[in-house]
Amino acid sequence: MTGHIARLALTAPAALLLASLCTPAQAQGTLRIAMTASDVPTTTGAPDNGFEGLRFLGYPAYEGLTLWDLTRADKLAEIRPGLAESWEQDENDKSKWIFHLRRSVRFHDGSDFNADAVIWNLDRYFKPDAPQADPTGGAFARARDPWIVGYRKIDDYTVEIDNPRPISYFPGALAYLFFSSPAQFQKTGSWTEFAKSPSGTGPFKITEFQPRVSATLSRNDAYWDKTRVPKVDRIVLIPMPEATTRLAALRSGQVDWIEVPPPDAVPSLKAAGFEIVTNSYPHVWPWVLNFAKSDAPFSDVRVRRALNYCTNREGLVTLLNGLAEPAAGVYHKTDPYFGHPKEQYTYDPAKAKALLQEAGYGPDKPVAAKVMISTSGSGQMLPLPMNEYLQQTLKECNFDISFEVVDWGTMLVAMRNPPTGPQSRGVDAVNISLAHGTEFSRFTTFFLSSTFPPNGFNWANWKNPEFDALVDQIEKSSDPEEIASDIRRAHEVIVDDAAWLFIVHDLNPRAMTKRVKGFVSAQSWFQDLTRVYME
Amino acid sequence: MRAPGTLAYLLLGTLAMARFIFLRLLHTVLILFGVSIVAFSLIHLIPGNPLDILLPPEAPKEVVERLKVEFGFDKPLYVQYLGWLGRVVSGNLGTSVFTGLRVTGELLNALGNTFMLAVPAALLGFSLGTMLGTLAAFNHGRALDKVFSIITILGLSMPHYWLGIALVVVFAVIWPVLPAAGMGGTGGFPTSWEELRCLILPVVTLSMIPMGVIGRLVRSTVLEVISQEFPTALEAKGLRRRRIVFHVLKNAAPPALAIMGLQLGYLVGGSILVETVFNWPGSGQFMNLAIFRRDIPVLQGTVVVLASFFVLINLMVDVMQALIDPRMRR
Repeated sequence: MTGHIARLALTAPAALLLASLCTPAQAQGTLRIAMTASDVPTTTGAPDNGFEGLRFLGYPAYEGLTLWDLTRADKLAEIRPGLAESWEQDENDKSKWIFHLRRSVRFHDGSDFNADAVIWNLDRYFKPDAPQADPTGGAFARARDPWIVGYRKIDDYTVEIDNPRPISYFPGALAYLFFSSPAQFQKTGSWTEFAKSPSGTGPFKITEFQPRVSATLSRNDAYWDKTRVPKVDRIVLIPMPEATTRLAALRSGQVDWIEVPPPDAVPSLKAAGFEIVTNSYPHVWPWVLNFAKSDAPFSDVRVRRALNYCTNREGLVTLLNGLAEPAAGVYHKTDPYFGHPKEQYTYDPAKAKALLQEAGYGPDKPVAAKVMISTSGSGQMLPLPMNEYLQQTLKECNFDISFEVVDWGTMLVAMRNPPTGPQSRGVDAVNISLAHGTEFSRFTTFFLSSTFPPNGFNWANWKNPEFDALVDQIEKSSDPEEIASDIRRAHEVIVDDAAWLFIVHDLNPRAMTKRVKGFVSAQSWFQDLTRVYME
Repeated sequence: MRAPGTLAYLLLGTLAMARFIFLRLLHTVLILFGVSIVAFSLIHLIPGNPLDILLPPEAPKEVVERLKVEFGFDKPLYVQYLGWLGRVVSGNLGTSVFTGLRVTGELLNALGNTFMLAVPAALLGFSLGTMLGTLAAFNHGRALDKVFSIITILGLSMPHYWLGIALVVVFAVIWPVLPAAGMGGTGGFPTSWEELRCLILPVVTLSMIPMGVIGRLVRSTVLEVISQEFPTALEAKGLRRRRIVFHVLKNAAPPALAIMGLQLGYLVGGSILVETVFNWPGSGQFMNLAIFRRDIPVLQGTVVVLASFFVLINLMVDVMQALIDPRMRR
């Protein structure tokens, strides 16, 4: 045995030397991306794994009636026509929407996309007894598009979708609802089998899927929009939840692109010649404050404003090596919907202390508050060091902050139940990143008084009659100028009332090799992969 | 007492062995039953259900609750447990809440990936450990003993994940000769050198603890055996040194085998840390994912199958020990 070991010991360095002669195999025109997801998101057209799932296994392969314009880095991504060429509200009943479908669109399996396919997919999501019913996909659809109460085919290329009331922003919410091929489903027989050979209408086809290992997207040469036929042959998507592993994979040349490099690795990545791509996008990292507790310290607007004035956002940005921007509201300051709130939250400890004094707090009587924070989670950035930094800086203004540290799942359960419930463990705030888009539909679910849990996601129980009235106006209006003006006003109300502690906006960082060309970092959670190519 | 070598003696020995194996198998069933109850209870103690995690944050409670009913998670816990047990007895581990795929297939796949690391890591760790431990013991008190002891202690005490990251930094980043992570292809048994070289760093990392444990144990056991009278007697009888070493090792084998069994069980269970560092889609990563997702069918199935492996490996070790040392059969 010892002789064998000795031989092994002698041959090991030789094997290593031989290995050094090998270079990683790379096909021409193949882009390899390491995602932060812990598994390959569902491939059926109803991706899980949050917005990252939509980003990589959603939009590249599937499409909605409406889509995002992801071509510009200098302005927010807006809603554009997708599988529907145009849409309008029924003149006689504005709760009904008429969608005119794009002709000559085919699924990856060659079957036609038409009104029958739309109705079949809506049945998949909203009709539990349909043969193609997809309980999980249906739950995603009901969460993101809760306003669909009916639908019907008008002709082969026209469908009607009904809402419970006139909702002007409804078409935006349809960008989250994808259409899969009915013919392919008939062929495969179940969603589990469909996942293995999926078929959508997008610019990429999902050609290989290995759970937990990888998914391969291949160029769809027959894509209906000839201006968006992908330049790259293939994209290999690899789930790599561990940040250090992603970093090593990029640096060793195993992948060409990683999502969310760790902030402390950015200087060394830049020094080693990698590109760090960032851009603003609709993201906010706040503390959502509890208004429902009988002894809630944050029920006093002076305390809430003091909290916002005592937050050293620039310091936090430095801590994150510049991978974030200070937040003075839910929307970014450059966002057209930011408006002109009276309260402009900068770091002003003196003002914060004065406000607290006015509210009856001081060094002898600090504001004691407990905040629920998670160890990780979708869009949560680096919750532990960031919150510890806030805890230290807020102490200077007489805030005595303690933490209830939970895992992501526990936090989600708390957020879906009333803030006074046992799930919330008596906390005064929750640090949760909420994904609002540029379209208004998601915004309403965080702030409307009709969306207190369990009916929605306004965990804070924040209620403001002016905000509710503005949303009512926005829903009924069909004048884009009027809608934009009301959204701005609604945001001003939220900021001036300090409904949340607005902390930072994430900068959507990703690192890539210099071989990756043509990528435009859209101001969105989603990105257009069709224009990327490998040099 | 029957004379050794007679048919009756052999028959009695075989019967004792069969009884021993039967009783141990009976224990195994009870252990697995207990393990499944503990795993089921523990996962339900953590707040959150698979569907709470699966659905996006903005999914209101009503939508989550409706889906819970569709998946049967609204039923009392004992009903859910008994339903699961019934399916397992009929050979069906259920389907994942997240992927809709059958747990059996997914688990076999993950176990296959873990075996690809565990078997070479065990071979490497056990051989190195035995070699270093034996050499250290036979050179007791000399410089070689100290060097080999330092190596085994290092293997034992170095954290897996740290060593893994350090190896990646050296061999994948600074001197990029080996892949940093993954299996090099789309998974499955390595069929090319490209895929084979993905095994090197995780196998070396994984082999360090078994090497250390076995090295330390073999050293102390061999020292203990050497201090007995029989090696001296053998030497006095003029037996060649090689034969003496063989007899010493044979006497030192039972405790080492027991620990090898435990170590092999740990390796087959999959190291969550090593599989995370190397993004290796094995059983450790599979279970880790199931814990964070609260994917109860996957977690339950994995725990029971891994526990079965663990128990079966230990059973095999016990049988081997009993074969080597007849006193163990009693």
